[in-house]
Amino acid sequence: MTNRLSAAFSKGRPALVTFITGGDPTPDATPAILDALVAGGADVIELGMPFTDPMADGPAIQAANLRALAAGTRTADIFRIARDFRARHPEVPLVLMGYANPMVARGAEWFAAQCAEAGVDGIICVDIPSEEDPEIGPALRAHGISFIRLATPTTDTARLPAVVDGSSGFLYYVSVAGVTGKQQAAVDSIKEAVARIKSGTDLPIAVGFGVRTPEQAAAFAAHAEGVVVGSALVDLVAQHGADAAGPVRELTAALADAVHNAKALA
Amino acid sequence: MNTATIPNSLRTQPDECGHFGQFGGRYVAETLMPLILDLEREYKAAKADPAFKEEFDDLMKHFVGRPSPLYFAPRMTEHFRAIAAEQGKPENGAQIWFKREELNHTGAHKINNCIGQILLAIRMGKTKIIAETGAGQHGVATATVCARFGLPCTIFMGATDVARQQPNVFRMKLLGAEVVPVTSGAATLKDAMNEALRHWVAHVHDTFYIIGTAAGPHPYPELVRDFQSVIGKEARAQLLERTGRLPDLLIAAVGGGSNAIGLFHPFLDDTDVQMLGVEAGGHGLDKEHAASLTGGKPGILHGNKTYLLQDEDGQITEAHSISAGLDYPGIGPEHSWLHDIGRAKYLPITDDQAMEAFTLCCQLEGIIPALESAHALAALPEVAPKMGKDQIIIVNVSGRGDKDIFTVAEKLGVKL
Repeated sequence: MTNRLSAAFSKGRPALVTFITGGDPTPDATPAILDALVAGGADVIELGMPFTDPMADGPAIQAANLRALAAGTRTADIFRIARDFRARHPEVPLVLMGYANPMVARGAEWFAAQCAEAGVDGIICVDIPSEEDPEIGPALRAHGISFIRLATPTTDTARLPAVVDGSSGFLYYVSVAGVTGKQQAAVDSIKEAVARIKSGTDLPIAVGFGVRTPEQAAAFAAHAEGVVVGSALVDLVAQHGADAAGPVRELTAALADAVHNAKALA
Repeated sequence: MNTATIPNSLRTQPDECGHFGQFGGRYVAETLMPLILDLEREYKAAKADPAFKEEFDDLMKHFVGRPSPLYFAPRMTEHFRAIAAEQGKPENGAQIWFKREELNHTGAHKINNCIGQILLAIRMGKTKIIAETGAGQHGVATATVCARFGLPCTIFMGATDVARQQPNVFRMKLLGAEVVPVTSGAATLKDAMNEALRHWVAHVHDTFYIIGTAAGPHPYPELVRDFQSVIGKEARAQLLERTGRLPDLLIAAVGGGSNAIGLFHPFLDDTDVQMLGVEAGGHGLDKEHAASLTGGKPGILHGNKTYLLQDEDGQITEAHSISAGLDYPGIGPEHSWLHDIGRAKYLPITDDQAMEAFTLCCQLEGIIPALESAHALAALPEVAPKMGKDQIIIVNVSGRGDKDIFTVAEKLGVKL
């Protein structure tokens, strides 16, 4: 199943990874927004699992989590959305991103089996660092689900092997020490960090946190295999609600164009 | 229960990965992980450094005012003996003693931990301090040590708590701290902790987070417990000196559980000493409450695995307690472990029961307890009349109630 992920990073150009929160503004509105991401040219889709306490997120994604929960979004809705997405888009990689507690509430084994059944390719979990891998890692790997880990500006070379060990799909480089959607890293620091991480892994590296515009995305994409955009898209959902698909598709298309052609420009 | 074996000593937890049985651990974002590992190294070094202990002990004595007294509460004792007699058990009614943490500088046990953590922060070369607070006692204690050591201090506090704990907000400001009201969620302690974590992750290079309770990622539950263990060590020595024996029962309120673990831990291997942690039962267990052990199940939040109030999807549910300091949907991981292995018992007490105990303590002993501590006192009617007259209970009066008079007045329908 990780084939979909490796294929997304093997197109001979950088990949655009897009994030939206599942169930925002309602579970029924999410499929059209996901389709807009695909239509706009996103290579990998991250579907956020809403959580009451999104402590690594800035105001935009915090609000999206609360909107989704206020609309009654349940874990079962997230898996239904994923399953239907897989039926509509057999080739597009889908990753669930969220916090540990909703993932382990019914047991990691249950969660991993649901992911496999729904056609989910990978998991990003904010608050399970490599030290706590036994919590969910073995279950995910047993079901062939990629455990996509995060590396950050504070992850030094000595620590990197532990972060990479047991992870697959791609490595998510969090470009700033901070929460989502806030400050933006300097391009030089990205270049240096990606080079450092490259020396410790063959996994593709996608860079995220604070990327909002096509220009910023292109600048980052010039130094990585992928760029992640989240808060800027979530802001459009906040603004347009159930009618967000159009604007989301437009921004995604502009981002995709910038990211896909970034190497040529660099 | 996931505890296959119980170790020979119960005082050697956590293991090297920060686990107390299945609880505890380090469930944090990768950005924080290297800092957490640094803190662990630095704490180990500090524990082995006689100069660290010397400075800690000196501040405890001269700045905090330790040791805090162990006080025999004669009228409380008589009160429950009278109740026992009415129940046809004139031979019953345990001796009630108070560990007087409310007499500490800043009015609660919180200062013990803050002294220890700010010394660690300074050792690590950190130049800024942040903290979360619920009732404001930890915020005041943090602001106090920041003033004492000249470090800038930012306190995150739920907007709901800012409104109901105005005196403490003003005290923090007088001490030079910036108080940031947090409006997300129910705007109480959980939300303050979320916001403190968000700030910390963006300022890890120069900022130390003084966590106020024995919870959060390893090594916080361990180091907070160690700093608070001064309570139990003193109480043990004081009672031995006064009576030549150990207590039969320890009682302490449990929010995150730092005053309770501080009292309990030095007694964990004394098998004849029973322990009772009192959770906030709020409006009752079938309504809104904050009793994580009695009404929750294990999960992951704020860096550790522990009992949490949550729904079947793992979404955290809002806690409620009249006491802002107990208004949290989780509990320190060591308490979860002590609960599961049965070494300590935990009992929920409602807002109304806590209010009754508050009034009783004021009128019988001339001590205005914090509403948190009133929860511990409210367990006495359940246990004291059932115990013999030669038996001894120590209740941790963890804080003074000056900060709570507005809440209490409102509850009593008195306009100030």
